[in-house]
Amino acid sequence: MSKEIWVWAEQRQGRLMPVSLELLGKGQELSRKLGGKVAAVLMGAEVRELAAELLEHGCEKVYVAEDPILSLYQSGPYGNLLAGYIEESKPEIVLWGATSVGGELAAWVAARLRTGLTAHCIDLYIDDIKGKPQLVQVVPGWGGNLALKIVCDTTPQMATVKPGVMAEAPRTKAQGEILPLAVEIKGGDFRAETIEIVEEELEERPLEEAKIVVAGGWGLNSLGSFELVGELAKVLGGAVGGTRPALDKGWITESSLIGQSGKTVSPDLFISLGASGAAQFTTGFEKAKVILAVEQNPQAPIFEIADIGIVGDLKSILPLLIQELKKGL
Amino acid sequence: MALNIVVCIKQVPDPEHFSKVSLDPVTKTISREGIPAIINPLDKNALEEGLRIKEKFSAKVAVITMGPPQARRALEEALAMGADEAFLLCDKAFAAADTLGTACALAPGIQKIGHFDLVLCGNETVDSGTGQVGPQIAQFLNIPYLTKVKEIAFDEERTLIVKRGLEQGYMRVRVKLPALLAVNKEINKPRLTTAFGIIAAAEKEIKAFDCRELGVDPNDVGISGSPTRVVETFQRVSQRRREVIYGSPEEAVKKTTERLKEFGALVQ
Ligand SMILES: Cc1cc2nc3c(=O)[nH]c(=O)nc-3n(C[C@H](O)[C@H](O)[C@H](O)COP(=O)(O)OP(=O)(O)OC[C@H]3O[C@@H](n4cnc5c(N)ncnc54)[C@H](O)[C@@H]3O)c2cc1C
Ligand SMILES: Nc1ncnc2c1ncn2[C@@H]1O[C@H](COP(=O)(O)O)[C@@H](O)[C@H]1O
Repeated sequence: MSKEIWVWAEQRQGRLMPVSLELLGKGQELSRKLGGKVAAVLMGAEVRELAAELLEHGCEKVYVAEDPILSLYQSGPYGNLLAGYIEESKPEIVLWGATSVGGELAAWVAARLRTGLTAHCIDLYIDDIKGKPQLVQVVPGWGGNLALKIVCDTTPQMATVKPGVMAEAPRTKAQGEILPLAVEIKGGDFRAETIEIVEEELEERPLEEAKIVVAGGWGLNSLGSFELVGELAKVLGGAVGGTRPALDKGWITESSLIGQSGKTVSPDLFISLGASGAAQFTTGFEKAKVILAVEQNPQAPIFEIADIGIVGDLKSILPLLIQELKKGL
Repeated sequence: MALNIVVCIKQVPDPEHFSKVSLDPVTKTISREGIPAIINPLDKNALEEGLRIKEKFSAKVAVITMGPPQARRALEEALAMGADEAFLLCDKAFAAADTLGTACALAPGIQKIGHFDLVLCGNETVDSGTGQVGPQIAQFLNIPYLTKVKEIAFDEERTLIVKRGLEQGYMRVRVKLPALLAVNKEINKPRLTTAFGIIAAAEKEIKAFDCRELGVDPNDVGISGSPTRVVETFQRVSQRRREVIYGSPEEAVKKTTERLKEFGALVQ
């Protein structure tokens, strides 16, 4: 039986999505334990250069499905082709980037193959479960820093991972091979047909690039506004983020949500204000160099993952903190 | 053009009370005691979109949910918002389903309702948040699908032009009906229920189907039809410094700034 580990290498507008290289890094780690090769599946119009890029990041095999018709993501043909390739080669594991496109594609393929799929994993590793090496998929659980280990009894074992969660595969000498795949399109595949992709300029600098991120939670409600979060960010030259209640309140936009359903950031400094520290939130900034939290409840789980925690009321602390940091810079 | 629209709605714990949700360490199931249940917020957007289409063309809007007996409440609310019919898929065999096990019940449920042209879902739920159920239903129904839908326009009869969100920008897609669309928050603002709507809903019937009535094999749904399973819950331990500062706000802030400087966290 083949024991390949596959990564769906997503390209958009002729560029590899960075999460593909992050999954490749994890795939290599898994293969050291499981054995077998790490392969990427790449689809698009002219993607040889991208295949080379994958090889330069340690990919051992790049399966390439090239056809002008695949230049834009098309849910029908992409799904059908991928399901077919997986049925034929029977990889043991398939990893997907949880992008706006990767998430739906993985779900559809999982249904077609009648196999399991775990969404938004924060960690993946191989462990012996009942005497059999299996992919352990870790997702945030309810209550503080609880996490769940999930396994899948069918193959391939499949998981999606958000961008920024795993470390990119390092560059090495390219040694792998590029293998072309047959592209057969069926008549019914284009019942949904992508006409165009329109790229829009982001209004703000992407959160992922900021060196300092200041995030606010439901606790800001007691101040009656989110304004001071923005002010602190401005003083520090950082970006603003928030928890899900902050999004529900309309204080932040969806592109500033941090956590399992939002962005994963790894700034030099992350400041959490008035957030209890649910695992679904904290998973979004675990890799920050320094974490500072301000929170009034000393029992809140946010203190378990912060480097510095201030127990206190934001009403008095936040204005002082802004004042003090203004001075200090 | 008369359209048959089916909207998938799920009853979920109100996110405002999420801090009270806990996980039973033994059974590994979620305890929702004392937590109010609501219709998943994006499913209300899906219903709203269905109702708006109905207002423009002639259409019938059905809502369907798979859930415990109390999920009837969510259907009642949807009927009060303006849905025409409601269907409850309810059976012990459906319990503890992952997304595949859920879609395996919902797809035959939708077929059971009868002819359908458009299936609407929320893009994701607040309690599981996978966004997988929609595409999986579409696969089982063998219809095209789109997620992250932010705008739907009718091009010709039975063809839609859909704007679907991307990380930066959007995709324009032409879709032929029947199709499944999973919608985002930007698509519309869901209406509130009115007293009139509640009175009108009292006249409408909620039909319930169990596993046998749906004609599905109990092995394909619920926990038996779910390939993924939770094997363990555990506490993640952090390697952080975890220094907690109490005291007067002035002292706390002063100490904090010192620490931040020490750690080099303020250097840009
Ligand atoms: C599948 C799934 C995915 C999810 N994805 C995400 C995600 O991506 N991002 C996310 O954030 N959440 C996510 N959640 C929700 C998450 O579980 C929590 O509900 C959420 O993070 C809580 O946000 P919060 O800390 O702002 O609110 P709360 O938990 O209500 O915390 C508010 C805190 O503010 C403190 N406070 C109040 N007033 C003050 C004051 N004056 N001064 C100081 N402190 C004060 C309170 O003590 C409290 O601890 C997800 C949940 C699920 C089930
Ligand atoms: N039990 C259910 N009953 C009806 N619809 C559901 C159910 N679970 C999920 N859905 C639909 O599928 C969408 C995505 O759910 P999820 O994959 O759980 O994020 C939801 O917004 C609903 O429209």
